[in-house]
Amino acid sequence: MEILVRGAEKGLDAAALLSAIPYCAHLGITASVEKGAVTLAMPFAQHLVGNPVLPALHGGVIGSLLETAAIVQMLYETREPKLPKPVDITVDYLRSGRAVASYARARIAKQGKRIVNVHAEMWQDDETKLVAALRGHFLIAR
Amino acid sequence: MSDGGWIETAKLHMNLTPYLAGIDGEMLEVGLISRARVPYGPKIIGDPDTGVVHGGVITALLDHTSGMAVMAKLREPMPIATLDLRIDYMKPATPGEAIIAECECLKVTREIAFVRGIAHQGDRNDPIALSSAAFALVRGMPFVGDRKP
Repeated sequence: MEILVRGAEKGLDAAALLSAIPYCAHLGITASVEKGAVTLAMPFAQHLVGNPVLPALHGGVIGSLLETAAIVQMLYETREPKLPKPVDITVDYLRSGRAVASYARARIAKQGKRIVNVHAEMWQDDETKLVAALRGHFLIAR
Repeated sequence: MSDGGWIETAKLHMNLTPYLAGIDGEMLEVGLISRARVPYGPKIIGDPDTGVVHGGVITALLDHTSGMAVMAKLREPMPIATLDLRIDYMKPATPGEAIIAECECLKVTREIAFVRGIAHQGDRNDPIALSSAAFALVRGMPFVGDRKP
């Protein structure tokens, strides 16, 4: 991706990356960068709902946001020109995702030569009350 | 045991899930093995260069189908909540081909349901992902499941 090649030289434009990824655009995910960490935001939208009765966000949407946070943080820190490939992820669901905006942030727990271990967290209006957490391994594509 | 039309109701309900409808997905089968399908399309692409589907789509489809497998096993309406979900990505999904998830609820206890799943593109022996999930059963409604009387 052109954005990643440019990002490898000048630093990643996370917001531009997300709008270039069709699935992330479909979910409405945007990004902001502060103190070396990328925070993703996902406004509530009807098509993110899994349980219309509550209503609650689909668990898969929550997983998608967390996985995206992990990928964007890796690209931001490593400046690799290619998207990392997920090897495995585990998502812990701590609370129901309500019909409000969601946020996510990730940190690299361990970076090896080819494999990166990443942790990501998602919250809604209170950052201390996590909705879900992810840990996963990703392969740096070379 | 009669399910009183619950399976059909559940299938209809799960097909009406806004997220699934938004990616043109559908439940194919609800039962011992529950199956769902998402056709390939522009909305689910995670890498615009290669057209490879975003991992989150596979996660979502496996989560959805796992929940359906639990409901099929419970045979009556009861709210369930995903506790955790692990996905092992075997290989990238081939662009242009639909993704199918097949999940089986292996065990239901009084409080918890355990589910295994697989995602593939037509050949079960060549999976793109495997899943393992645990669900909490939200009690307060009559419960039949696997529980001994």
